[in-house]
Amino acid sequence: MKPNIIVFPGSNCDRDIHVAIKKTTGQNSKMIWHKETTLDNPNLIILPGGFSHGDYLRSGSIASRAPIMKEVIKKAINGTPVLGICNGFQILTECELLPGILMRNKNMNFICKYTFLISKYENNWIKKNYINKVISMPVAHHDGNYYANKDVIEKLNKDNRIAYQYCSDIGTISEENNINGSINNIAGIFNDKGNVLGMMPHPERAIDVSLGGEDGINFFKTFFEKLG
Amino acid sequence: MMTTLDQAIELGLNEDEYKETIKYMKRTPNITELGIFSAMWSEHCSYKSSRKWLKTLPTEAPWVIQGPGENAGIIDIGNNLAAVFKMESHNHPSFIEPYQGAATGVGGIMRDIFTMGARPIANLNCLRFGSPKHVKTKHLLSGVVSGIGGYGNCMGVPTIGGECTFDKGYNGNILVNAMTVGIVKKDKIFYAKAGKPGSPVVYVGAKTGRDGIHGASMASASFDADSESKRPTVQVGDPFTEKLLLEACLELMETDCIIGIQDMGAAGLTSSSVEMAAKDNNGIEIDLDKVPVRETKMTPFEIMLSESQERMLMVLKPGSEEKAEEIFKKWELDFSIIGKVTSTQHIVLKHNTETVADIPLEPLANGLIYDRPYKINVNSKSIEIPVSNNWEDALLTLIENHDLCSREWIWQQYDHMVMGDTIGMPGSESGVVKIHPIDKQALAITTDCTPRYCDSNAHTGGMQAVCESYRNLCSVGAVPLAITDCLNFGNPEKKEVMGQIVDAIRGISDACTKLSMPVVAGNVSLYNETEGKSIPPTPQIGAVGIIKNTDYQLFNIIKNINNQDIIIIGKTKGHLECSIYAREIENIEDGCPPNIDLDEELKHGKFILNLADLNLIDACKDVSDGGIGIALAEICIMSNIGCEIISPKDININSWLFGEDQGRYIIISSKSEEIIKKASDIGINASILGKINGEYFSVNNNSKISIEKLANLRNNWFRNYFSNKQ
Repeated sequence: MKPNIIVFPGSNCDRDIHVAIKKTTGQNSKMIWHKETTLDNPNLIILPGGFSHGDYLRSGSIASRAPIMKEVIKKAINGTPVLGICNGFQILTECELLPGILMRNKNMNFICKYTFLISKYENNWIKKNYINKVISMPVAHHDGNYYANKDVIEKLNKDNRIAYQYCSDIGTISEENNINGSINNIAGIFNDKGNVLGMMPHPERAIDVSLGGEDGINFFKTFFEKLG
Repeated sequence: MMTTLDQAIELGLNEDEYKETIKYMKRTPNITELGIFSAMWSEHCSYKSSRKWLKTLPTEAPWVIQGPGENAGIIDIGNNLAAVFKMESHNHPSFIEPYQGAATGVGGIMRDIFTMGARPIANLNCLRFGSPKHVKTKHLLSGVVSGIGGYGNCMGVPTIGGECTFDKGYNGNILVNAMTVGIVKKDKIFYAKAGKPGSPVVYVGAKTGRDGIHGASMASASFDADSESKRPTVQVGDPFTEKLLLEACLELMETDCIIGIQDMGAAGLTSSSVEMAAKDNNGIEIDLDKVPVRETKMTPFEIMLSESQERMLMVLKPGSEEKAEEIFKKWELDFSIIGKVTSTQHIVLKHNTETVADIPLEPLANGLIYDRPYKINVNSKSIEIPVSNNWEDALLTLIENHDLCSREWIWQQYDHMVMGDTIGMPGSESGVVKIHPIDKQALAITTDCTPRYCDSNAHTGGMQAVCESYRNLCSVGAVPLAITDCLNFGNPEKKEVMGQIVDAIRGISDACTKLSMPVVAGNVSLYNETEGKSIPPTPQIGAVGIIKNTDYQLFNIIKNINNQDIIIIGKTKGHLECSIYAREIENIEDGCPPNIDLDEELKHGKFILNLADLNLIDACKDVSDGGIGIALAEICIMSNIGCEIISPKDININSWLFGEDQGRYIIISSKSEEIIKKASDIGINASILGKINGEYFSVNNNSKISIEKLANLRNNWFRNYFSNKQ
């Protein structure tokens, strides 16, 4: 089994995540073109960052109807781990594997910078010793302002499905550290089964101190360790 | 139908040029033919005013693979790889329509790079706006920045650096210069050529529309009050299509289908077909009915002169059409065989089975060359700048100045990390990207020019631009290799402007020769003037260097704050004429720019690289605008630590802190004795300014400003500007 990276026209972080997974875990990923209709025995399906179909119409909406997505949705429902980063997160909300939507950033500008993140629960991607520990990963998006109605947010909270929240360097979650206007500073969420993760920050860019951070290393290592 | 002189003038040709077209045609050209002549003979395409002088630039070195004359310059960077780069202007379109103008500027320069087979790995841009107080500046700045980001971010190419300054001289004519660097395997470089007669000519990419028709001529004319009405001549960018075109072209380039390839940039289908066919003394025949169009009833004139974006022209090996088409179909792009290479040495266009144009290629490809009269005006009058002793107020004012403050507001709108190779962020002396997938090697890239020096003395200004780029490369531990220029000037038909062009080129030439940085690519943008007023001469330089081992890369942020001395390399005389201090504190903009000593530049640069190799440097920064005061404040702010310095007694404190003497670097090191000794052994002026310590910028132990205060002032200018606090 191997990670399957779905490549849409306009994806531009597909190579980056391939390199990051190889470098941090030694795993070789398979690139899958969006027009294909079968996956290649995936232990993880990745929807990479980028501007699929130019982000025309709505970010992620056209990609969510790609031929391969039927298969991705089927596998996701059956429990295969799925990771959507940035544009991938947008695609996951558009195909309703995850609730809510990602709107334009509150300052209306594209934002590219390192952000501090905190997670409160253990899961596939986060080990016990990383709970409530501040980590740092970069974001690069125009549409990262997460929104869902009150009931959904309550449910996400109750079920421990909020994966990451934007915070300060000491872990304070406040409006001041809310880089894009997301409700409850949400940077990433899980589906109800916990196998589908959508997140705006880019772990694949934080894999070396020289690149500005290395918290992405643990992110990938944890997942493949837990997978066994 | 025959054309008239009036029509020729409307298309940008003068009377003599119109007569030339008749001479070459041996008859009066029709409107399509005249349009083709006017585009190919425009300043933008033919470099007719500057070519005589561009030929004098040094273009050779053992590592140069391709010098000027192609889509971009190419240098050898080892490991069977080459770096491909160029800078280009998109000034007039960006002033008329800032978002699309800037976006298509970025798209155009990236196409120049991947046309040659290279994957773009970094973008940079140099922006010159009018006074921040000018009514249009806010709108232009925000539009240009979003346009650059909009295009580059979608393409997935990191924007890793550049410049942005403000001067009232650009109130009516801003500058947007975009640079792209790409990487190609040395044996997989592609050129614009046509091969043998009979080979199919193929059009790929986006469809042709009515946007940007005759844009090259617009770029070759001065602005007047009606320029706003030229908005329809600005092209509209579609970065998604360009991303597909990039991937499709690179995929096709992996095969052996392509003979020659050329992007459709300025003057669109006209220049691409002429340049390819003329290269091997061939001819070309195009059936305009086969050109994919997105609007009905387009005339031959419109099809040939449209500057619709994201299009390429290729000559394929006969028999490989099907294989190539399959790749473009996969990427959902148009693919159409529109003609063939011939042996006629003419370009022949067919439309509705009729011949609508038939022009000999030679005069089109060779263009015109003018020896325009010039007059060199040098402001050689040295003046006295009054100075006070109040360094605190001066530093507080300067750190918050629009030309010296942090540009984070701009570069946070650019994806500067995509591709996962950026190891020198915007805000560094140079942008640095790893050479994927070579371990521990990186390219350093910088763009530089100081227009206020050029305005006073174009020769010194030209030299200074090259020298500053040289220093910026050395400051990150990179060996400087080569440059591209982008020469932005006013109307060359004015003797004084032509004099600035000649003088700046001489300056660039002198510095490049001395520093062994050949000019491998370039672009000229003239007629940058509005209602008779020319911009300050702006010979923009983009330079590329190589870091051979990233373990020895240098940073402007201090890694280890303990026991560090501050050392200055180079002599500080306190030159305040043409400085930002003189402009902002004393309100004086006259005088001479600082002197450039090329021997010293070379010696100091090599010394820095030597210290880097010996691992003696903790942090390094060149000293430029705002002098020692600003350079040191930036190091302290970025490292979040204070400094304690002592000023020499024989010089006024503000001249010392804010003078802009050239050839200087600040080094932070715990091995200061060793460095000073090494410097003195080879006759380099080096001294200790003080040490890194505390939370204050402290001078002579008796006055100080907190670093936090400086940081807030430096970081807030753009935010305040856009929240209408200024």
